[in-house]
Amino acid sequence: MNLLTPQRALPWQAGATAFPKQIAPAIGRPCPKSRFSASSGTERERLYATMTLIRRFEETLLDLFDRGELFGTTHCYIGQEANAAGVISHLGADDIIFSNHRCHGHFLAYQPSPELLMAEIMGRATGLVGGRGGSQHICHGNFYSNGIQGGIVPNAVGMALAEKVKGTGGIAVVFIGDGTFGEGVLYEALNMASLWSAPILVVAENNRWAQSTPIELELAGSMVDRGRAFGIESGEIDSTDADALYAHFGPIIEDVRREGRPRLEVIHTYRLCHHSKSDDHRPADEIDRYRAGDPLGLIQSRLDPEMAAQIEALSAEAVDRAVEWARRQPFPAPETAFSGHEAADKP
Amino acid sequence: MSTILAALNGALHEAMARDPRILLLGEDLLDPYGGAFKVSKGLSTAFPDRVLTCPISEAGFTGIAAGMAMRGLRPVVEIMFGDFLMLAADQILNHISKYPWMYNGKAQVPIVIRTPMGGRRGYGPTHSQTIEKHFIGMPGLVVVAVNPFCDPGDLLRTAIEDDRAVLFIENKALYARAVQAADAAGRLKDLYVRKTPDPYPTVSLSYNDFTEADATIVAYGGMAELAVEAAHRLLMEDELSCELVIPSRINPLDTAPIAHSLRRSGRLIVCEEGTATGGFGSEVVARIVTEEMALLKAPPARVAALDFPIANTSTLEQAVLPQVEDIVAAVRHAAADGRLQSTAPRHARSGDMR
Repeated sequence: MNLLTPQRALPWQAGATAFPKQIAPAIGRPCPKSRFSASSGTERERLYATMTLIRRFEETLLDLFDRGELFGTTHCYIGQEANAAGVISHLGADDIIFSNHRCHGHFLAYQPSPELLMAEIMGRATGLVGGRGGSQHICHGNFYSNGIQGGIVPNAVGMALAEKVKGTGGIAVVFIGDGTFGEGVLYEALNMASLWSAPILVVAENNRWAQSTPIELELAGSMVDRGRAFGIESGEIDSTDADALYAHFGPIIEDVRREGRPRLEVIHTYRLCHHSKSDDHRPADEIDRYRAGDPLGLIQSRLDPEMAAQIEALSAEAVDRAVEWARRQPFPAPETAFSGHEAADKP
Repeated sequence: MSTILAALNGALHEAMARDPRILLLGEDLLDPYGGAFKVSKGLSTAFPDRVLTCPISEAGFTGIAAGMAMRGLRPVVEIMFGDFLMLAADQILNHISKYPWMYNGKAQVPIVIRTPMGGRRGYGPTHSQTIEKHFIGMPGLVVVAVNPFCDPGDLLRTAIEDDRAVLFIENKALYARAVQAADAAGRLKDLYVRKTPDPYPTVSLSYNDFTEADATIVAYGGMAELAVEAAHRLLMEDELSCELVIPSRINPLDTAPIAHSLRRSGRLIVCEEGTATGGFGSEVVARIVTEEMALLKAPPARVAALDFPIANTSTLEQAVLPQVEDIVAAVRHAAADGRLQSTAPRHARSGDMR
């Protein structure tokens, strides 16, 4: 059985060299889907809880930067929270998420542990990766992020193929932005994802600005058509409504899983904050126009005001506790910089 | 006696039969073609579901292999010509070599990236280069280079079993050459052979059982045989006794075997097929001068390609690439303690490319 036979469900498993089961990792990993469904409240309230946690976290980060408590840089997710909540709440324990420089929202939707992320961004030893990665290079369970545009997509395709080989039923979801469409390696990865039937969902969050460059100056043609050119089923949704996004992505994710085929889905959204910190030169009237579609406001208006306030308070409290906890954490000792490469000296 | 090509091909067959996690990715791998240099020959027939012949997408398939490695597979990537490694450079620099440390040990990337490197076959400026120097000093990346004096099959097996990312360099002029193993008494014809016990060993060669030496020639990969030929000529024509130090792992580099030999010779000549500037020789010389200066009796020398592109036509290719004569001249120059100006190594007068 050749791998390249198109549309085969599990080509590797047909041969005599089926992947040994024991190699499939058996570590405990977060399962966003079961956590989401086990949480109290209605679906809408749960989405609101995820989004308010992200919003509060990002606002707190910007505040900490302003007060000089943080150094380096960060990329906030304010305005795009509904995407993370709407997509990631459908993912299971065997599914993989590969995120980008703007990864806080994706992480918090995957694993609502703001203290681990806050400690990481504060550079503490008990952060997600011991302070080594900071804001844009984190790893936890099946969650990965890297600060390089484009290059993460083939990594995620390889991960999706590995899960297919192992027969875990897991899929990969990779988050890219409108700016990522400028990187050639994206198309190499889409081509092979299609050729080899990788179970991967590429979520393109079109927030209409690549750093300071508007989409009109960086993107020709259509994002969706670029996926279709590779024979990848591709679609789009123009919404910041978490209810709509959650409903939209449930069947898409199950399709990717069932058919073992790649899929590209573009979400037309908007970033309500600057690209990183104090670097916003977008027209004020444009930002005001999109503020009307603030994903938190949309859901809040549909919730009982008391319930909404209660959820907001819980998120605020969780973030405040995270900051307090992270502040008490130690910085890594300088000599620990050299661990992790010891093996390089003695193979 | 096995050729280096057969040893590498045999190691891949054996490893894939033993370990179902191993997948091959690269361009034009399928039989009957079996890869541009035939290292992958027969593998797609023996393991049809584990050999992925790829589109011309070096960054893409190297990145896909990295993702597979992070999720429990053991991919081996073939880059058709070493020159094309630069197309996958972002994957190697910002992804593969970064993840294990950056994620604080939460991920491993056990990948082998094999590639034929080097000239002397008339392939011209973009298919003849030796560019591994650009990957030396990249934290988290092991760089291994095949030579005839250390079983290439063993090296490749070690690389595949290594939990780290390994860049595996195969000088393409070596493929047809024979593997030259020492006999049980540690002899290879008239040479005495020592090998460090590392999984990626350094081989040292001596004409007199390591009792005395006039010069230490460090050479890796495709330059090793040229260095041995130079040493033979120097023994016959000049009665100069050279020791050869041939590392198979050039990053991170263990300089101990070099220093060990310099205790006898005091004269260091470092050879590489890549261009001299910022190269392997620069690093070895810098390390020895800063760490073991007292061992040196003469200024150390580098033998390398001149800082020019490699031409298609043989006269120009030979003019740029380091030859046996260059090693001979460099040793003579060093043995005269720098007094023989007329035979100074060529790179010293290469000048800038204009």
